[in-house]
Amino acid sequence: MKICVLVKEVPDAAVQKRIDTDTMRLDRSGENNLNPFDTHAIEAAMQLKEGGELAIDEVVAVTMGPGSAQRALQKAVALGADRSVHLSDDALAGSDVCATGIALAKVLESESPDIVLLGQQSDDGECYTMGAVVADHLKMPSLTQVVAMKVEDGKLRCERQAEYGYDTVALSLPAVISVGDAINEPRYPSLKAIMGAKKKPLDSKSAADLGLAADEVGEAGSKTSVIALNPPPQKEAGEIIEDEDTAETVEKIVNWLDERKLI
Amino acid sequence: MAGILVYALHDDEGNFNKNSLGALSEAAKLAGELGTEAAAVVVGDVSDEGAQGLGNYGVSKVYRAKGVAEGLAQPIVDVMAKVITDNGYSYALFGGGLLGFEIGAGLTARLGAGVTMEVTAVKVADCKLISERPILQDSQIADVGYVSEPGIIIGRLNAFDVKESGGSAEIVDVEVELSEWSTKAEMITRGEQRGADVDIEAADVLIGGGRGLGSAEGFDACEDLAGVFDNGAVAATRAVVDAGWYPYAAQIGQTGKTVAPKLYLAVGVSGAIQHKVGMMNSETIVAINKDSNAPIFEFSDLGIVGDLNKIMPKLTEALKARKG
Ligand SMILES: Cc1cc2nc3c(=O)[nH]c(=O)nc-3n(C[C@H](O)[C@H](O)[C@H](O)COP(=O)(O)OP(=O)(O)OC[C@H]3O[C@@H](n4cnc5c(N)ncnc54)[C@H](O)[C@@H]3O)c2cc1C
Ligand SMILES: Nc1ncnc2c1ncn2[C@@H]1O[C@H](COP(=O)(O)O)[C@@H](O)[C@H]1O
Repeated sequence: MKICVLVKEVPDAAVQKRIDTDTMRLDRSGENNLNPFDTHAIEAAMQLKEGGELAIDEVVAVTMGPGSAQRALQKAVALGADRSVHLSDDALAGSDVCATGIALAKVLESESPDIVLLGQQSDDGECYTMGAVVADHLKMPSLTQVVAMKVEDGKLRCERQAEYGYDTVALSLPAVISVGDAINEPRYPSLKAIMGAKKKPLDSKSAADLGLAADEVGEAGSKTSVIALNPPPQKEAGEIIEDEDTAETVEKIVNWLDERKLI
Repeated sequence: MAGILVYALHDDEGNFNKNSLGALSEAAKLAGELGTEAAAVVVGDVSDEGAQGLGNYGVSKVYRAKGVAEGLAQPIVDVMAKVITDNGYSYALFGGGLLGFEIGAGLTARLGAGVTMEVTAVKVADCKLISERPILQDSQIADVGYVSEPGIIIGRLNAFDVKESGGSAEIVDVEVELSEWSTKAEMITRGEQRGADVDIEAADVLIGGGRGLGSAEGFDACEDLAGVFDNGAVAATRAVVDAGWYPYAAQIGQTGKTVAPKLYLAVGVSGAIQHKVGMMNSETIVAINKDSNAPIFEFSDLGIVGDLNKIMPKLTEALKARKG
């Protein structure tokens, strides 16, 4: 069996993210990293593989993104993936959720996975949608925001919190699961794994390789367009206390609350 | 017809979700501006009375798929895709929650449709809808339009107000053949409540505990602090509820409760958008967090940058002393 894990390169958490107002796209020039949620997806794949209930032969990391996104794939391989696939093409730039879903589903189709794992959200896009989008294209059952998963009778028994509390859902394979960060504690890659990651197979694909038409993807294939960017309504900045002397800090807090009759 | 179709979510007792009702009211308002109509989709065991009652929120029609179970997204994608295609709806609108994300995403793929999420407002321009979608942790608001129909709009929690208009809706029962893959997921239990049944909605002061507390035991200090106030209680983020540190009934946010106490004191809470939407209407917000860049400081009235383990016990002592 094969697991594909969708991973994305995103601006590092410490980078102040900004939109390039000429293209209305995210400025990706700063320090980048593997989307933190995707490390949980890789860990979930590794635990399925190591758990042994399913005969998982390989874990494949898949991304769509510019040349630099290969570093995210290398990190995914250092965390345990056996090989990786990089979909990269100028024609894909500017894809919205709809167009990205079409492209990712096409790469996944070419791999015929039994399980597709992904993070519940990308740190930059924060769309929370990709799992359910690719699942519909791939015609597979899916569940998002999964925080516990185990194999039972050849199915994936998943738990997640929805509107009214926790739901437990059993999905038969093949299936698409997007995971939350409470699902596991990702391991640290060993130095050996980091060093070895560059040697693992990395398959690069273009849009044409997958038979993607130019008008299905990228800006041409996108069904939304950003018309304007506006600042959010201004809110008066709150007061900030840096805790240096805790006794003093506490006195300040108590006085602040007292002045507002909150005690 | 260029109407707006809204998914109305309900619990196992048939009570409709407040955010879905808000979405119905919003759709009715927008449809009025567009010169069209709004309709709802319901699935499962919804009574005639229940379905007609949605007319009270401004929709003229309710499509009901009785044979389709509530709770999992993919069968509902089948229903909505059919209703949209057969009747030519121009937009699908969802209130805040979780299922709306999954159904909206499924429709995006199925119908090749544009989607916006976490939408805080919708406006009409040139007979089309435009979504206001906060991006990059709410640091900017993008106005997003759709280049084709239908357009999918997934609202943010509490973005749309519920308005009653007193109408009654016509019921249209629909039969939908489910996709083969939509029947491959089985709900084993739905809406399980984990942990004690606590009441956070009636409290005047809430101490909100997050992952920064480090462990379930960390909540003892929150309870001590809440105990100092006259009507204080302890609330939690989803991260700690998922980790089993605190009961689900105490969770604030997108898949938890919405609260508006006099004082919300957050300890070890980052202030993620899905948490913020549940507590941003608190009268006063105070946050203790060791990370000066934590998003919570963007919407706190008082922010304390420091280690909660050092500050909280002393604060409890000092407040006790002040009260005498
Ligand atoms: C569809 C969806 C629905 C969701 N619904 C909800 C919901 O209903 N409610 C909800 O809360 N979340 C919800 N979430 C999850 C949300 O995105 C966040 O993951 C969650 O709110 C984070 O919880 P947290 O603040 O406890 O943890 P973290 O984000 O991990 O923050 C912990 C904070 O503690 C601070 N800290 C650590 N140690 C210390 C210390 N010693 N002293 C002081 N500070 C310290 C850190 O600096 C950090 O800021 C949802 C997500 C999605 C995608
Ligand atoms: N360009 C991409 N390449 C690979 N995976 C992606 C890409 N965009 C999103 N994903 C996956 O989809 C998940 C959810 O992203 P989003 O829906 O954008 O919040 C991420 O955690 C990734 O696993």
